[in-house]
Amino acid sequence: MTALSAAPASRLMQGSEAIAEAMIGAGCRFFAGYPMTPFTEVLEHMARKLAEVGGVCMNAESELEAVGMAWGAAATGTLAATGSTGQGLSLMQESLAEITLARLPLVVLNMSRGQGDYFQATRGGGHGDYRHIVLAPKDAAEAVELVGLAFELTVKWRNPVLVMGDYYLAHTARSVAIPAPVTHTLPSWALDGSSGGTGSAKLISFLGTQKQRSDVGYDLADHYTDCAKSTAAMAAGVDPLVESMGTDDAEVVVVAFGTPAKYVHSAVRQLRSEGAAVGYVRPVTLFPFPTEAVATAAAGAKAVAVYENNQGQMIDDVRLAVLGAAPVHFIGRLSIDSSGFGIAPDLDVEVIRDRIASVLDAAAGGT
Amino acid sequence: MRIVPSDRPPDQPARLVDDFTPDLIDVGAHQLCPGCGEPVAMRSAMEAISELGLEKRTIAVFGIGCYTAFSNNLDVEVLQALHGRAPSLATGVKRASPGTVVLTIQGDGDMVSEGLQEVVHAAARGEAITCIMLNNGVFGETGGHMTATTVLGQRTKTSLEGRDPDRHGRPILLASLLAQLEGTAFVARGAVNSAGNVARTKRLLIRALETQVKGAGFSFVEILTMCPTGWFIETEEAPAYLGEHLAAVHEPGVLKDVLA
Amino acid sequence: MSGVLVRGTVVIDVDACKGCNLCIDACPPGVLVMTEREVNSRGYRYPQLLVGCTGCKACSQICPDFVFQVYKYDTAIELTA
Repeated sequence: MTALSAAPASRLMQGSEAIAEAMIGAGCRFFAGYPMTPFTEVLEHMARKLAEVGGVCMNAESELEAVGMAWGAAATGTLAATGSTGQGLSLMQESLAEITLARLPLVVLNMSRGQGDYFQATRGGGHGDYRHIVLAPKDAAEAVELVGLAFELTVKWRNPVLVMGDYYLAHTARSVAIPAPVTHTLPSWALDGSSGGTGSAKLISFLGTQKQRSDVGYDLADHYTDCAKSTAAMAAGVDPLVESMGTDDAEVVVVAFGTPAKYVHSAVRQLRSEGAAVGYVRPVTLFPFPTEAVATAAAGAKAVAVYENNQGQMIDDVRLAVLGAAPVHFIGRLSIDSSGFGIAPDLDVEVIRDRIASVLDAAAGGT
Repeated sequence: MRIVPSDRPPDQPARLVDDFTPDLIDVGAHQLCPGCGEPVAMRSAMEAISELGLEKRTIAVFGIGCYTAFSNNLDVEVLQALHGRAPSLATGVKRASPGTVVLTIQGDGDMVSEGLQEVVHAAARGEAITCIMLNNGVFGETGGHMTATTVLGQRTKTSLEGRDPDRHGRPILLASLLAQLEGTAFVARGAVNSAGNVARTKRLLIRALETQVKGAGFSFVEILTMCPTGWFIETEEAPAYLGEHLAAVHEPGVLKDVLA
Repeated sequence: MSGVLVRGTVVIDVDACKGCNLCIDACPPGVLVMTEREVNSRGYRYPQLLVGCTGCKACSQICPDFVFQVYKYDTAIELTA
């Protein structure tokens, strides 16, 4: 594997490029994708950059084939990634579910159009019982950190990890620091052909890990039970990441994720500077959801407000965390431009501030 | 005629010319139907790998069908794929690990119905993999339903009066389609309905794998297999049925060989 | 009774057989016959070997259940038919 030469301390980069650089720095050497807005530029950057480090980038003929190629590469122990936008992720769901049951590492990017893919990401858009770790950066700089974390976590837990970006993040330039490259060692389960003919040839299968002993094949009950245990261990073993501000004394706590959260943060800071008792919680891991942080923040509050650019998805997890301790109000909405790609009229501090102010007023009024 | 003992190896000096199971199949017992051609094809494929000495370099990518019963039963490395998806996984394996010999094992329902796009694109790209199709003209594992290769007149559970072009369309002759793509290097059809055909099929498999090893491009071997259960006939009638019906449409032979 | 030069022989794993009959037609000298009344532990009829095997391994190659082990004698032996 070719190591990158010492990277500059920080560079002004578009989000798509920053994500590509971060993936390669984390050791990713196989990427497959299908062009789709706003994911396309990541594919373009990976095509160029992977070639420079001796990796492989495939422009697959469909999203199904993209995730399939990444699956095959992952089975060889190569650090692999794929991605798309929400619609493309929809196409990949069967494979994503089964890759999880095959216990393979894979980083999946959703450069989404707005925030309507929260359910798809956190509820598992595919069939069956599985979970993916889901990371939601607020900007290109955080995306770079979270991409590095994603590769660490996917290797550690042998479970796919989703990174949620969006159009705004992809196309906004920011000063980002690319961390030093990490080296990746081949895991013992990786396929390279060499265990063939030894009497114990390796197997990577979502149907199970046992080689056949009698005339009966796989035991799916056994395998699914094992996978459930691994999922539970992962859910318990990953510390939820969250950013909070001013929740100790907040009367109203506002919860938001991803790029719109920056606007919410600005609005909350403005209101606080004017003396309002507003707090802010930004889940960074959407799974495992920072339930405890949200619950603690809501414990003394009069109301919780959730901003998200969709018809209400993360609000379900907020409600579960708050568990009736305070009313939970939806102050988001599906806000997109006519292209549908997700640059929203709501991305305006004044707009969001007004919505929070309404909740504050209502809370003060005792409703 | 006198029955001779066959319960133990001979006392007179003799050499073993064929063992119960080939080296690269772990357990000979399986729950596939009596008279199924798929284990016969699997034996041929594993013997081909063994004869070429490729077992320490091979990764087999399996589709989903009756033959999936062998995916955890081989002494070569195996990656299990979803129905129709083996070619893309095989592509990822080979591109990430070019020193390996990568093959797919898929049925006709898997490869030509669900996965037509995948195999055509892998072939067009000239991926250095060997795709193997076990073609019995039915979705066997689900009980015997029509696939994209089912021949006209063939009765299946979803074409009970026989495949009718007006209602069900016509079969896709995948090997013929693939031979037309510039990216393919070796395309052939074999069958396992007679010992002679099994031997010929093994030679095709050997040539296909050699094509890959020599870096010449995408290789494909279609193997017509018996499925008496899916064909609603007796096991001993299946070899003749295969010859008269399937092989008449999906004709055995070498369709393309750039190294010839 | 004439002596027949026999070049090979088989070992038949009777209980592995699923009674499909493919070996019967596949055998070029036609020296395999299915039992008529006897069945194996799974209830299937199974093949038995008559005099005249050539060790050609057609049976082992066509058998879906890996029932046959095939031997070729170093020197052909003579058996009464």
